[in-house]
Amino acid sequence: MSVGISIKNALKKYGENTIIPDLSIEIRDKEFFTLLGPSGCGKTTLLRMIAGFNTIEGGEFRFNEKLINEMEVSKRNIGMVFQNYAIFPHYTVRQNVEFGLKNRKLPKDEIRMATDEFLELMQILEYKDRMPERLSGGQQQRVALARALVIKPDVLLMDEPLSNLDAKLRMEMRQVIRDLQKDVGITTIYVTHDQEEAMAISDRIAVMKDGVIQHVGTPREIYHRPSNVFVATFIGRTNLIEADYSAADKLVSMDRFTFPMERLPVDSDMPVTLSIRPEDFQMSAMSASGKSGGLICRITDVVFLGLNTHYQVELSSGQLIEIIHESVMDSPFKIGDEVQLTLKSEKINIFTRDGSRNLIHA
Amino acid sequence: MRKKYDIWSLVTLSVLGLYAIFLIYPLFNLLSQAVVDKDTGTFTLAYFVKFFGKPYYFNTLLNSFKVTFGVTILTILLGMPLAYIFTRFEIFGKSFLRILIILSSMSAPFIGAYSWILLLGRSGVITTFFKNAFGIHFPSIYGFSGILVVLTLQLYPLIFLYVSGALKNVDNSLLEASENLGCSGMKRFFIIIVPLIGPTLFAGGLLVFMRSLADFGTPMLIGEGFRTFPVTIFNEFISELGGDDGFAAAISIIAIIITTIIFLVQKYLSTRKTFSMNSMNKIRPVKARGLTKVLIHVYSYALISLSIMPQVYIIYTAFRKVNGTVMVPGYSLGNFSDAFEKVGRSISNTIIIPGISLIIIVILAALIAYITVRRRNILTGIADTVSMVPFIIPGSVVGITLLIAFDKPPILLSGTMTIMVIGLVLRRLPFTIRSSVAVLQQIPMNVEEAALSLGSSKLNAFYKITMPMMAAGLISGAILSWVTMISELSTAILLYVGRTKTLTVEIYTQIIRGNYGIAAALSTILAVLTLISLLIFNKVSKGDDLSM
Ligand SMILES: Nc1ncnc2c1ncn2[C@@H]1O[C@H](COP(=O)(O)OP(=O)(O)OP(=O)(O)O)[C@@H](O)[C@H]1O
Ligand SMILES: [Mg+2]
Repeated sequence: MSVGISIKNALKKYGENTIIPDLSIEIRDKEFFTLLGPSGCGKTTLLRMIAGFNTIEGGEFRFNEKLINEMEVSKRNIGMVFQNYAIFPHYTVRQNVEFGLKNRKLPKDEIRMATDEFLELMQILEYKDRMPERLSGGQQQRVALARALVIKPDVLLMDEPLSNLDAKLRMEMRQVIRDLQKDVGITTIYVTHDQEEAMAISDRIAVMKDGVIQHVGTPREIYHRPSNVFVATFIGRTNLIEADYSAADKLVSMDRFTFPMERLPVDSDMPVTLSIRPEDFQMSAMSASGKSGGLICRITDVVFLGLNTHYQVELSSGQLIEIIHESVMDSPFKIGDEVQLTLKSEKINIFTRDGSRNLIHA
Repeated sequence: MRKKYDIWSLVTLSVLGLYAIFLIYPLFNLLSQAVVDKDTGTFTLAYFVKFFGKPYYFNTLLNSFKVTFGVTILTILLGMPLAYIFTRFEIFGKSFLRILIILSSMSAPFIGAYSWILLLGRSGVITTFFKNAFGIHFPSIYGFSGILVVLTLQLYPLIFLYVSGALKNVDNSLLEASENLGCSGMKRFFIIIVPLIGPTLFAGGLLVFMRSLADFGTPMLIGEGFRTFPVTIFNEFISELGGDDGFAAAISIIAIIITTIIFLVQKYLSTRKTFSMNSMNKIRPVKARGLTKVLIHVYSYALISLSIMPQVYIIYTAFRKVNGTVMVPGYSLGNFSDAFEKVGRSISNTIIIPGISLIIIVILAALIAYITVRRRNILTGIADTVSMVPFIIPGSVVGITLLIAFDKPPILLSGTMTIMVIGLVLRRLPFTIRSSVAVLQQIPMNVEEAALSLGSSKLNAFYKITMPMMAAGLISGAILSWVTMISELSTAILLYVGRTKTLTVEIYTQIIRGNYGIAAALSTILAVLTLISLLIFNKVSKGDDLSM
């Protein structure tokens, strides 16, 4: 079944505290949609509103056209995977997976077949008669997934399902989840605060802060054209530099350095904030003449990390900038060197000075 | 916006309804008895004036305080070091001693009192032996000191159990850190350990306080002229000369007010000083050496032998030959056959009445724990508070309260088994609810949510998922309740009629009548029942803490 989720003007309060003031999103059928945001921003709260565990103080939640605000949890046909897996400890693996099917009063052999199918799919068939306490974290995770999927839910909800696993297993399971989601073709909402995980796994990501969605888009859009400074700093690393835009000659000037910016749809001069990712600087030695077309600065720190080398440089204004270059055999730069920077100007983002709006429209 | 009412709202309302009928209504009845003049129907404080005006009555209050404070302090002084020794050192025969400690606390105190009379009373075996052999006169076991000895030996195990539990949560690295910083031995015990276990100690102390304040059988048997509160309440109510309900009710009200104050003070003191501890590195018992080793063994064995002695002696006398009310040389099983023949009914009553109560208690406790943990709202909050109320009402007051309320229409229950069941359920529920709450708090909520999201109904999720996960905890709580209920006297002594006599009531009656043989036989049966229950408890709880 194909299910799109539509949320309009959702409102969530705990007592007097408004956690989610007014939130709207559309999640498409079969989409892998991720909620990403700092701790306490309301991701879990929103997810649990969709699942039916939290009350909804206002707004409309719909699966396709159907309003679900008042619907019982057990009627929503949702598959849910919890952070701590929530495996029933007194049931075997098989009984755990069968549980939802039994509640649906399906015939016995159908239950058996469906259960076997998903145990097989999740590669835990051999553990089917074990008690959960004798499973590893990754295996428990697979049981939780099988249990959530075997009921053929309309929607799959996952709240930080991988956060209890070690780094290596996390990478492995995230691929398992991704493949499974595409195979089964199920609309999925995934919560995480690991941005790399979000990028790797999602069709689209919603970045949240304080209960407000800051940006919805594909991982690429969000990384390259963040809608505001919060998103730019939350996803990946970036340098924020204050500058001024002059509309007449379409120039951006900062710290005794000026570069042309043709694409800015702005008609008047205004102060702006630039967001430049560390890998978008090019660093070169000062030319012998001392004249340059770049931003002049001095290296204050060099950290070698294998694949890349991180540089910290100081502008003449005193501001520190982070730069990442691919490592080379013999590093030409060392602490104390004066260097000049040039920019990959098409990758720069320019925000209003307060950082609330991206002036470049993608 | 979402529907506010579900099956749990219904449960909450039913629970509140039950409490309204069986607790609130009787309590208001009690209050009105105490402040309304029976003849004129007007408001009066005459009963209270009478109580505080006459030293005869007022002194019983002072007496009770002497006993309770004395017992509480002594139990702490005896129980806390024992718990520390048991946690910190290896003791020869520790697990056996542990069972003895628990066993000695689980019997009815008045049986202990009775046994001490047989040992140290006017014609007690020890007294007589010393008098005949050496001409030494033992100090009297009757009166204040006797009550103090009996109740202390009976109740220090509570402190022992509470403190042992708390010490389990003290991380050994705290002790090591303290030693590393130059503080060890006794100093460390008082500076580090006592403050950490303080709140638990308070809680245990409160329980001892409540039990000793409410205990009726001990002062009745051994107090002689030294009358305490429950004795007075009982006498005024049951008095041969036609008891005075109003006056008994007034005394009951005073009792409730006192226990409430004590309870609130304890609560205030311990919430201010609670630490959350989670011990990764438990204190491991070490081998003691030299003098320490000798001292701790002497202390443990002496204390525990003293406390188990009355039980052992009673069991011994059960097998003695008895002629009428006098013991004669020789041994037989005659006491047991007499007991089964004459008062066998009390044995079956002791299975049936606490049995039925237990079923009700387990179900109600599971439901109430559930609504108070998982469905927090104003109504469940009220249910939670109300369910704790009986904790601070002394047992004999519960008895009187129920009798006054239910020996007249609209609800006529006096003389039935039902009223005894109600009494037991009311008194025992607070404990079982607490332990169920603790169990429930260990179970993550989203296990149940997982069940809901898999299409299970709320009730189904409770029965299939939450209940089984609570089961072990519920069952061990239930066994403890059971043990306490079969040795309960102070409520039963007020509520029983001939048909509904329980073992403890029968034992008490037989002691009063001087049928020592039958009394001892019945006590032995009770002890065996208790022992079996405790062994089952040990199996079920896999060595978990006992908490009352
Ligand atoms: N039951 C509750 N009662 C009151 N406030 C709550 C409750 N649950 C959550 N909150 C508050 O709502 C806000 C959002 O919490 P939520 O759990 O949704 O955050 P989150 O984005 O999932 O964070 P994390 O990444 O840490 O899991 C927090 O400020 C939290 O304190
Ligand atoms: Mg969360």
